[in-house]
Amino acid sequence: MARKEIIKKKVPVPERDPKERVKDFREVKLGYTPQLAMEEAKRCLQCAHSPCVEACPVRVPIPQFIKLIEEGKFVEAARKIKEENILPSVCGRVCPQEIQCEGACVVGKVGDPVAIGALEAFAGDHEASVGYEKFPIPEKSGKRVAIVGSGPASIACAADLLKWGHDVTIFEALHEPGGVLVYGIPEFRLPNEIVKRELRFLEEMGAKIVLNFVVGKTKTIYELLEEFDAVFIGSGAGLPYMLNIEGLNLNGVYSANEFLTRIIFMGANWFPEVDTPVYVGKRVAVIGGGNTAMDVARTAVRLEGVEEVYVVYRRSESEMPARVEEVHHAKEEGVIFKTLTNPVRFVGENGWVTGVECVKMELGEPDESGRRRPVPIPGSEFILEVDTVVMAIGQGPNPVVVEGVKEIRRGKKGEILVDPETLMTDLPGVFAGGDVIRGGSTVIVAMGDGRKAAKSIHEYLMSTSK
Amino acid sequence: MYRIVGKKELAENVDEFVIEAPEIARKAKPGQFVIVRVTARGERIPLTIADKDPEQGTITLMVQRVGKSTYHMSCFEEGNALKDVVGPLGKPTHLEKWGHVVAVGGGLGLAPIHHICQGVKEYGNELTVIMGFRSRELVFWEEKMEILADRVIVTTNDGSYGMKGLVTDALLNLIESGTKIDMVICAGPVPMMKAVADLTRPYGIPTVASLNPIMVDGTGMCGACRVTVGGEVKFACVDGPEFDAHQVDFDELMNRLRMFKELEKKAMEEFQRKHCGCRRG
Ligand SMILES: Cc1cc2nc3c(=O)[nH]c(=O)nc-3n(C[C@H](O)[C@H](O)[C@H](O)COP(=O)(O)OP(=O)(O)OC[C@H]3O[C@@H](n4cnc5c(N)ncnc54)[C@H](O)[C@@H]3O)c2cc1C
Ligand SMILES: Cc1cc2nc3c(=O)[nH]c(=O)nc-3n(C[C@H](O)[C@H](O)[C@H](O)COP(=O)(O)OP(=O)(O)OC[C@H]3O[C@@H](n4cnc5c(N)ncnc54)[C@H](O)[C@@H]3O)c2cc1C
Ligand code: SF4
Ligand code: SF4
Ligand code: FES
Repeated sequence: MARKEIIKKKVPVPERDPKERVKDFREVKLGYTPQLAMEEAKRCLQCAHSPCVEACPVRVPIPQFIKLIEEGKFVEAARKIKEENILPSVCGRVCPQEIQCEGACVVGKVGDPVAIGALEAFAGDHEASVGYEKFPIPEKSGKRVAIVGSGPASIACAADLLKWGHDVTIFEALHEPGGVLVYGIPEFRLPNEIVKRELRFLEEMGAKIVLNFVVGKTKTIYELLEEFDAVFIGSGAGLPYMLNIEGLNLNGVYSANEFLTRIIFMGANWFPEVDTPVYVGKRVAVIGGGNTAMDVARTAVRLEGVEEVYVVYRRSESEMPARVEEVHHAKEEGVIFKTLTNPVRFVGENGWVTGVECVKMELGEPDESGRRRPVPIPGSEFILEVDTVVMAIGQGPNPVVVEGVKEIRRGKKGEILVDPETLMTDLPGVFAGGDVIRGGSTVIVAMGDGRKAAKSIHEYLMSTSK
Repeated sequence: MYRIVGKKELAENVDEFVIEAPEIARKAKPGQFVIVRVTARGERIPLTIADKDPEQGTITLMVQRVGKSTYHMSCFEEGNALKDVVGPLGKPTHLEKWGHVVAVGGGLGLAPIHHICQGVKEYGNELTVIMGFRSRELVFWEEKMEILADRVIVTTNDGSYGMKGLVTDALLNLIESGTKIDMVICAGPVPMMKAVADLTRPYGIPTVASLNPIMVDGTGMCGACRVTVGGEVKFACVDGPEFDAHQVDFDELMNRLRMFKELEKKAMEEFQRKHCGCRRG
């Protein structure tokens, strides 16, 4: 094949004006039109060794689907992606592409990498607009699988199990399904409607979704094993870490989970039209530097009455774990970054938080993770005056699901321990994947686990059948 | 949907609901609660499982009207359905044979107290119940408690029924009369629980309180329900709701319950403006 000419500049993805978009929760990125998508698709060199595919945790056939977009075969492109990833509209929006597929793109060495994520979202959205094709369901196997949680790990697992003819029942603790995709990631990044349509599709394919069902409480894993032939645990990492410093329980101090659940999941931004309230003052400090911190900060700037939003992070900006795009979007929307700054206590008056005492940090020697360790600068303490604080410093797996189940072992962070090959726990027939075995990762990695577990479950069911 | 199969008004501002929820009824243990969402726009509110009937597949909730969600719930009648009910949540009461147990309940605290007392009796304890109300019209569930307990003492603030005074007055009488008390379990308004804890502390009587902080998910996910017990931060929905009353920071709990006061008032006003059709709105 003749060498393609490299087009260094990518076709920009249309976005809403920051001044406009901070007034509401609608999606920030407008996405490619068919013309723009076809134009961007031309930039792919169709590399034979495709390093981009190597860098995608589930190995989406990237050059192939991009070729189909270039040819205007959008639905075919979506189906190509779905061979490996059934949620293109979700992953195209939320994957940290800069450290995965796009980070490895050859074109990126000399110019902007091909906008793989945006093209993936375009294909997914296009297919949804014309209607999904149902996959053929083979003869029912007669085997029943219980799935705990309805996040991306569970969705991916359920889809594959259905394709093999197994009966699938998903048990979700909350009153709406979708996991972090609906209770954490805000609408301006990932509209709930996208998640809803994927779940509707799963139901149309035969999955049963039971809401308001807390496994470990409403029924235990043991009880599920009496009714089902296998169990997949995809209960995520929903246990918020708290900064154990003075003033933690002052009014106005939230965990990111509480803040986002109130607003994103319960709709507190519509209060009093909906019943769930959220209290936010004029000045908000968000502690942390990950995706969650960016989501909280960008949610806060959109709330009525909020004047200033700070992100307080103890390392420097280049060490922030958040996606580059999110940091960029947050800055465009007016979020103020206080990096190399560490909170030491929350100060309050009459039971309400009035500020965060912080200390300035400088980067010292590299630590075990290879990142330079931040060390406090003596005497640099100052008080950041705020009336709302949100802690977004990470989360771990919630133990409720396996409480009292002695056979299932858990690691230091509370993560469920599984066989790395099969994802089976020490309790035969019980598998686990996603954040619950990793203590926090990404949507696509969780989905990869879900598929891997589905395959093992299928093999397990077939080997145990009489 | 979770159907209401029985409803009655127990006293001014207090309703009893019997709700179809077979799986919860089967599993519910004393001390546990459910989270209810009245409508699709509703907030998630925790309510104690006051009683259960595993055979009929029902649970009993006792709801005191204090704000928007509880008022809205009181508009629901037999045959209507609640949008969401999830549970049973929280740790069951730790029960054993202690000897003589005194259960102290005020207002909505009678919901946990009733279910806990069933457990206390199952373990063969002697049981005294002290139930406190502001005045005679507000008294309810006296017969229900009488069936369970060896002795029931009702107090009213104004003396219009039973003993005049507070539940702590009745408890102090018991202690001072030399009655041996091996365990006190209390539930109700925070100031009441605090007073009970302060009363029993010098006597060294083990005391447990069922706490009622603001909750959202009820499964350990949000941390809204955090309380300080013995200097440590605990999530009441998963580590509790019952804790050693002598270790609880009640002042902090009281403060945290005020977090949304202004907004709750606004919600209630909105509700009253819109729900003029309802008998209570
Ligand atoms: C605010 C935020 C932003 C993020 N942004 C990104 C991003 O941009 N890109 C990215 O790739 N990743 C992001 N992540 C991480 C990503 O969302 C997670 O890695 C992913 O959702 C994990 O999927 P999961 O299926 O393992 O679990 P989850 O999505 O957490 O789903 C678990 C589900 O199980 C339910 N559950 C829990 N316990 C029980 C029980 N006992 N019984 C029944 N159900 C139960 C929960 O209610 C939940 O619905 C973000 C995370 C957060 C919190
Ligand atoms: C474990 C537990 C068990 C409970 N059991 C019962 C019960 O059996 N019967 C009963 O009548 N009440 C019970 N409560 C209290 C009940 O949940 C609150 O009265 C109810 O949420 C108030 O909602 P509202 O909208 O009517 O009032 P609002 O106007 O919203 O609030 C009135 C007051 O109730 C408290 N409150 C508000 N929202 C919540 C919330 N989401 N969670 C907890 N407290 C809140 C606050 O102190 C607030 O100031 C229990 C609470 C807990 C934590
Ligand atoms: S799934 Fe994620 S990492 Fe893989 S190609 Fe799509 S956007 Fe890239
Ligand atoms: S590395 Fe970049 S240019 Fe090469 S196939 Fe992948 S997307 Fe196309
Ligand atoms: S209510 Fe959310 S953690 Fe307890």
